[in-house]
Amino acid sequence: MSIFYVLLLFMIIAAVIAIETKNLLSSVICIGAIGFGASLMFLFLRAPDIAITQIVVEVLGLIILIRATISRDLTFITGDKEFFGTVISVVIIFVIFLAGAKVFETLPDFGTAIFAEVPEDTASQTYIKKGLEDTGAANIVASVILDYRAYDTLGEATVLFTSIIGATVILRKKAKKLLEEPEL
Amino acid sequence: MKGMTIIVKTISSWVKVLIVLFGIYIILFGHLTPGGGFAGGVILASSYLLLMLAFGREFVQKDLPLALDSKLDCLGAFMFVLIAVLGLVFSGVFFVNFLYQEKYLPSEPLHLISAGTIPLSNIAIGLKVGASLFLVIFLLSTFRRETPAKR
Repeated sequence: MSIFYVLLLFMIIAAVIAIETKNLLSSVICIGAIGFGASLMFLFLRAPDIAITQIVVEVLGLIILIRATISRDLTFITGDKEFFGTVISVVIIFVIFLAGAKVFETLPDFGTAIFAEVPEDTASQTYIKKGLEDTGAANIVASVILDYRAYDTLGEATVLFTSIIGATVILRKKAKKLLEEPEL
Repeated sequence: MKGMTIIVKTISSWVKVLIVLFGIYIILFGHLTPGGGFAGGVILASSYLLLMLAFGREFVQKDLPLALDSKLDCLGAFMFVLIAVLGLVFSGVFFVNFLYQEKYLPSEPLHLISAGTIPLSNIAIGLKVGASLFLVIFLLSTFRRETPAKR
């Protein structure tokens, strides 16, 4: 169980560095480190499906961020912070911290398999017990997302499709123009 | 100069085969082992992204033009909806796992050909996610490259 706290500390440190550093490239790399820590955490929680997806998306997202968003010139963020804004943000963070501490008292321990303790005849128990029999898929995650809850997957695919159409419509003209001309 | 150095080009031309094979494995065995359509599709997209980073945009454009990429994207979405509608046609319920009935495809669990429509849906989603992610990365990278010239 202590591995979770080590990973959590690692991710918090990476997040603080990602916010505080002046160099945008190292900030992006720190975001990748956060994703890697989250992926390891999912792996230790015995959720390899989401761990694979997390690490793949995070690594690919990192490459997108480095290569596409900050292609050549690195931006350096500068500027002074106002005193009033700092006080306001500290107060807001303190209030959120208090609320979070209240919420954490009611939660079970991190990594506890709470679905093993929920009563019978709930949806999660049905998925676990009858998943193989109903759908024939040995991977129970696949049987949930593609058979029991396939509507959700359809909606997700629709969202992805629509967003890709939007991005293509906005960006395609410039891309075509750039492809016809040689590299600048 | 197009792409990166000769070292990067050589290594990535070896590694791309393994990445594509791994992506296909993740998609095809999504109903037996961890993984599935989404993760496998992103891995396939990342193999093309590696080629794009190593060899430059024009090389990838010859191999996978934008039009073909859009068609693959639409094909994946169409396959997924077609599976759902076929469930409505054969068994009367939208999205029912119609192939996992005894009369169409009798199969045992834990085999590659099992679980009815789930592997087919995995393939469809993998195609769709891979094509669309690569499309959006490609468009974003070409879009961003243009901004310094405009200034």
